[in-house]
Amino acid sequence: MCTRRSERLSTRSTTRPTAPWTSGELVRRQAAQEIGTIIYSLGCFPSQKDLHDFIAKVEEDHTGYIHLDKFLPAMTKVLQEHKFPPISEDLLLQAFEALDKEKKDYLDPEELTKYMTQEGEPFTQEEMEEMLTALADHRNQIHYKDVVSQMTIKPDK
Amino acid sequence: LRVVCIYLSMKKSMKAAVLIQRWYRRYIARLEMRRRYTWNIFQSIEYAGEQDQLQLSSFFSFMLDNFTQLNGNGPDLISQLLDPLVDPWLDRETCYNQIHVPESYTGPRLSFPLSVSDTSALLSAFKEQQTLHARYALQLLYETKKLLKQMPNIIHLSTSYIKDITICGDLHGRLDDLLLIFYKNGLPSADTPYVFNGDFVDRGKKSMEVVILLFAYLLLYPDSMHLNRGNHEDHIMNLRYGFTKEVMQKYKTHGHEMLQLFQDIFSLLPVATVIDGKILIVHGGISDQTDLDFLSSIERHKVSGNKAVDLHPPPLSSLLQIVDILWSDPKTQEGCSPNTFRGGGCYFGPDVTQRLLLRHGLQLLIRSHECKQEGYELCHGGQVITIFSASNYYEEGSNRGAYVKLGRELVPRFYQYQVSRSTLRAAEGSALRALKEKLFAHRCELMAGFLQCDRNNTGSVSVSEWAQVLESVLRLDLPWRTLRPHLTRLAPDGSVDYPSCFEDMGPGNPLPQVAPNLAETLFRYRTDIEIIFNIIDKDHSGLISAEEFRHTWRLFSAHLGVDINDRAIDDLARSIDFNKDGSIDFTEFLEAFRVVHKLDSKDQHLSGKMDGEKC
Repeated sequence: MCTRRSERLSTRSTTRPTAPWTSGELVRRQAAQEIGTIIYSLGCFPSQKDLHDFIAKVEEDHTGYIHLDKFLPAMTKVLQEHKFPPISEDLLLQAFEALDKEKKDYLDPEELTKYMTQEGEPFTQEEMEEMLTALADHRNQIHYKDVVSQMTIKPDK
Repeated sequence: LRVVCIYLSMKKSMKAAVLIQRWYRRYIARLEMRRRYTWNIFQSIEYAGEQDQLQLSSFFSFMLDNFTQLNGNGPDLISQLLDPLVDPWLDRETCYNQIHVPESYTGPRLSFPLSVSDTSALLSAFKEQQTLHARYALQLLYETKKLLKQMPNIIHLSTSYIKDITICGDLHGRLDDLLLIFYKNGLPSADTPYVFNGDFVDRGKKSMEVVILLFAYLLLYPDSMHLNRGNHEDHIMNLRYGFTKEVMQKYKTHGHEMLQLFQDIFSLLPVATVIDGKILIVHGGISDQTDLDFLSSIERHKVSGNKAVDLHPPPLSSLLQIVDILWSDPKTQEGCSPNTFRGGGCYFGPDVTQRLLLRHGLQLLIRSHECKQEGYELCHGGQVITIFSASNYYEEGSNRGAYVKLGRELVPRFYQYQVSRSTLRAAEGSALRALKEKLFAHRCELMAGFLQCDRNNTGSVSVSEWAQVLESVLRLDLPWRTLRPHLTRLAPDGSVDYPSCFEDMGPGNPLPQVAPNLAETLFRYRTDIEIIFNIIDKDHSGLISAEEFRHTWRLFSAHLGVDINDRAIDDLARSIDFNKDGSIDFTEFLEAFRVVHKLDSKDQHLSGKMDGEKC
């Protein structure tokens, strides 16, 4: 049900880079990640399932390609309807607190790994390693209160 | 009740987990987006810069056609500018053995023919930041030139007696990367053959050291060490992209002689390598005109690869063969079209590759020339490999470097590395700064474009209009809307406050009194003007005469079609401090036209470093 995170999104086409919105080219669907990246960058927070449903609607009949002509109106609708609203800092904190059963104010890597890889829409091993590298401090603890305020992205001015 | 509590708690955990996962994936995606546009910015500006290079060449040919008498010294000025092209084949006068090496010199003292102790000495010396004495450097270059004269245009190698061949891409003066490759993969030797696929110099600060090592190993193991020519193995490129400057700085007395030797050597480098008759290695790429048999037959040292500057131009067909090999890039669509982004060579499609490989019985094309985030990339259904060996090329953390190894089965294996890692933030900051400088350098044109959309002079335009104006003026093909928050402010009603684009930048030292459009031209073409001054300044003293200054400037602005009257130029010449007997210190003059970012006033030295050395 969840998408295996594909290898790093560094394979670019060898033609000149084009801006996502200004070209009529077909957007190659190397993985659901490509569309995910675009949608996330537009300020939305879809779940993996949301992404899949969205892609299913706009994909060109199992060709693996998504045409901008279909993507643009669908995406515009998503934005106008605020379909995948952002997660506030408070809510995120509550979520971390919910996982911190012992109320230590931090999580151990094992705890976080257990939840991230077994619950919800599980992370792949690669995603998990990356998250631990990013969030764990020198004591190998995840102090989520610090992390959340550091990593919450302010809305564009 | 207990069961219910546990159940609710589990459900809560699950919801929490989903939330965190969603949030985190989004964070990673945002990082990826920033990484991508940072990359786009660097690449676009780099290619645009290379296009300017073509401008410079055409300026030279313009001057050839239009030279005027300069107080009876007309021909001198022009021939000065073209640096009389002695046939690279001819032997130049040598006198390196008359150069005195002081007792105090503790660097390597090479003895020819070279031995392993010489190359080891070079490696240690360069790791300790020492410079090779001119006397030995010159002899090394003379020996290299002699050796290269014996080589054909296309080198044919075979894997039958060796285990693996290692192929490296662009190094661009990055000594650390070269040392890392030697460390990970082994030093060049009879058992460890290498092919270095061009672009050894320019941009990085240790081009001299890189090229000395490569040449030393070439002399030591001529059958195991192979060098292909790249588009930066060219004296005009070197003038613009830093190698010339580096040589003159490190070798004040003999730099000029060295540069002439480098010019010869670069034109004598082979242009292609073929392994087992199956794998073709060239620096840039191919075109639909590429013909390996024809390529083998031409006199490669007569083709500079820079169209305008040959006094005795070679036949166009030879020139184009070489230019295509050194400058082309692959594309995904079929066909072959001129590479307008670079200003030379072609974009070649998978069908062109297929046809060439078939025609010559080949199975793979390995090329370099383009920086890739992972250090390498495959395209054209795996028939083309791009290999790039300068890690962190654009900025700290921008990309990995890689090399590829081929064994007897000729199946490529890739090895990646990165000299140091850094946060995305540094690379992004650097890219955005470079981009803002571009905006500043085109301020007049941009403002004119904005005002066209803003007839009532309200100071704002829509986001679409803003993006459109930027693209039509700058032509960098960047995601302007995504970049907007970094470049300009929004007015309360959501439209773009366009004057804010130019807010946090300004000129360096107090400007000499110049008209605004002259100033802008100077900002924009600063690099080109610097190159021309450097050419005129034969003895590299940093000074040229006021008359030379006026004359060159008039020609340059006539060529650019910039309308600047003689009076403005005279005023300009007069307003610059004259150092001695009517000479202009052009370095000081040009300093004023280096763009400074006001917000980093404490980092002024940093932006200076960025401009001068990362060109």
